[in-house]
Amino acid sequence: MTPTPSPLGRRMWRTLPWFAALALLAIAGGPLVGSTRISLVRALDPAIPFADNVDAQIFFVARLPRTLAGALVGSMLACAGVVFQGLLRNPLATPFTLGVSAGAALGAMLAITFGWSFAWLGVPAAPAASFIGSLLAVGVVYALARARHRGISTNVLLLAGVTMNAFFSALILFVQYFADFGQTYRILRWLMGDLDVSSYQPLLTALPLVVLSAVVFAWLARPLNLLSLGPESAGTHGLDVTRAQRAAFISASLATGAAVSVGGPVGFVGIIIPHLVRLMVGSDHRLVLPASALFGAAFLVGCDVVARTVMAPVELPVGVITALIGGPFFLWLLLRKA
Amino acid sequence: MRHLGQLLLKKTSLAALLALLMLAMPRAQTPQAQTPRAPARIICLVPAVTETLFAVGAGPQVAAVSSFDNYPPEVEKLQRVGALLDPDVERILSLRPDLVVVYGSQTDLRAQLDRAHIQTFIYSHGGLAEVTATIRAIGDRVGHGPEATRLAGDIHRRIAAVRKRVAGLPRVRTLVVFEREPRSLRGIYASGGIGFVHDMIEAAGGVNVFADVKREAVQATTELILARQPEAIIELRSAAATDDERRLEIATWDRLGALPAVRSHRVHLFADQKMSIAGPRVAEVVEILGRTLHPGAFAR
Repeated sequence: MTPTPSPLGRRMWRTLPWFAALALLAIAGGPLVGSTRISLVRALDPAIPFADNVDAQIFFVARLPRTLAGALVGSMLACAGVVFQGLLRNPLATPFTLGVSAGAALGAMLAITFGWSFAWLGVPAAPAASFIGSLLAVGVVYALARARHRGISTNVLLLAGVTMNAFFSALILFVQYFADFGQTYRILRWLMGDLDVSSYQPLLTALPLVVLSAVVFAWLARPLNLLSLGPESAGTHGLDVTRAQRAAFISASLATGAAVSVGGPVGFVGIIIPHLVRLMVGSDHRLVLPASALFGAAFLVGCDVVARTVMAPVELPVGVITALIGGPFFLWLLLRKA
Repeated sequence: MRHLGQLLLKKTSLAALLALLMLAMPRAQTPQAQTPRAPARIICLVPAVTETLFAVGAGPQVAAVSSFDNYPPEVEKLQRVGALLDPDVERILSLRPDLVVVYGSQTDLRAQLDRAHIQTFIYSHGGLAEVTATIRAIGDRVGHGPEATRLAGDIHRRIAAVRKRVAGLPRVRTLVVFEREPRSLRGIYASGGIGFVHDMIEAAGGVNVFADVKREAVQATTELILARQPEAIIELRSAAATDDERRLEIATWDRLGALPAVRSHRVHLFADQKMSIAGPRVAEVVEILGRTLHPGAFAR
């Protein structure tokens, strides 16, 4: 049963502003805290030259891009999680289930181990290679799911994805063998996920993909609702199932690839946020998708604030915190609901 | 009663342990008690020690080295037997060594060598003081004690000379970078306040910006680097780099153009393995670092 537009509209008005406020609060508050103490007044004082204003440097060069990266990566991974769970009709699906993260990791690994030092559209080798790797992985998975089927077989998609993950992990171990000590460190660090982008360039480069995916996500909300009834029923409701599945698969993969090229394979966001949001607003994708985008942004920015402050003066990669906070929080919510 | 029983059991097991230890001790001690002959077939898995062996004149005794060794040039002809994480035990045993130089963390390898009754020299990584201590210890062990003492003394003298030259000069706040992503300022590993690189910077008249972080390596984020405001940045990497690569990598720091080090063009990249090996070349490296941080003091 799809609700009639007017109650949905009212529910949107009742819930989404809260999520938006939370996201804005996180993005506005994120740059205010960190491993060092800075004065916001001094940071924003135009009378002090930028070169002499350490507070402004920390605010604008380190914290602001890092916070924006967190918001972007968090919302993309959360949305991709929603879409993959809807597409595969599997609550355990994550943005990384179909081999995206393993493909990305292999790309980054090759770039780090063999010291590739090109820059592609202003993107350094490791993120660029990780993006290409993720596309390669989903391309193979998609081709397998299309082969010998009239539409897209979600079962084949899932199995091929899991197999690709395992296969790429084996390749990663093989490549790892050629890495020296420092490179091994860097690979490990990359795999943890990290938002310290240190400039706005990676965000700008990822932006076109992000906008494109967001547009497709907006269109996907209703098709995903129908797909949740099962492909056959969705077809009888007049949905072009294959087209919807293809759009879902491609947009979610691109969003994940973009997110991973900015922040590495940050875990947990893509599975926890969709479920948390569903527990709060129900299962209508027209609500779940925008709410997940906003909540994912707030969650990852919040986790990054913890990562930057908990071990001060040193800072942790954000992936450590998402797993540490996300896991137990999710279990708590699950038990409370049950 | 139960408590008494447990106590008794504990005491018996303690006694048994002591007895075992007493049985084991004399056997373990014998080979060391009588000064062993100088080893004639040394396998060295630690590049820093390989350099030392050649520097004290024990080169002809070295039978094989690790896969990362490339100095001195004589090692190119030697067999390779893996490295820290992947020692090739079969190969090592087949070469019938009488001494194997291993890392402290290679516990499995040590156990296997013990079972084969092959002597080991355990390398322990540390500060600048450990470098000369290791040189003396390995020199003694391979029958080149006097040469090693001379080498260690020479290193001490050269470093002391650098210290003297830079004494009284304002110390340069220095960031030492071990690793980062090429063409990007992400994934930076910097020297913390422990280890021979930290000691070398301090000896060369610098002050490590992460001296307060009592670890060998710090994952330095943009914020940490901005907050510490280094006046000089020294990047050490073991892989060689062309002039173009070097220029590009140094220019990458322009993104943090407000850092004092970047504004005053004091970003230096050394693409040379010797800069990060805790071996006999540390004196040379301290001199290079001194010249880099205090060019004026060496021009005189």
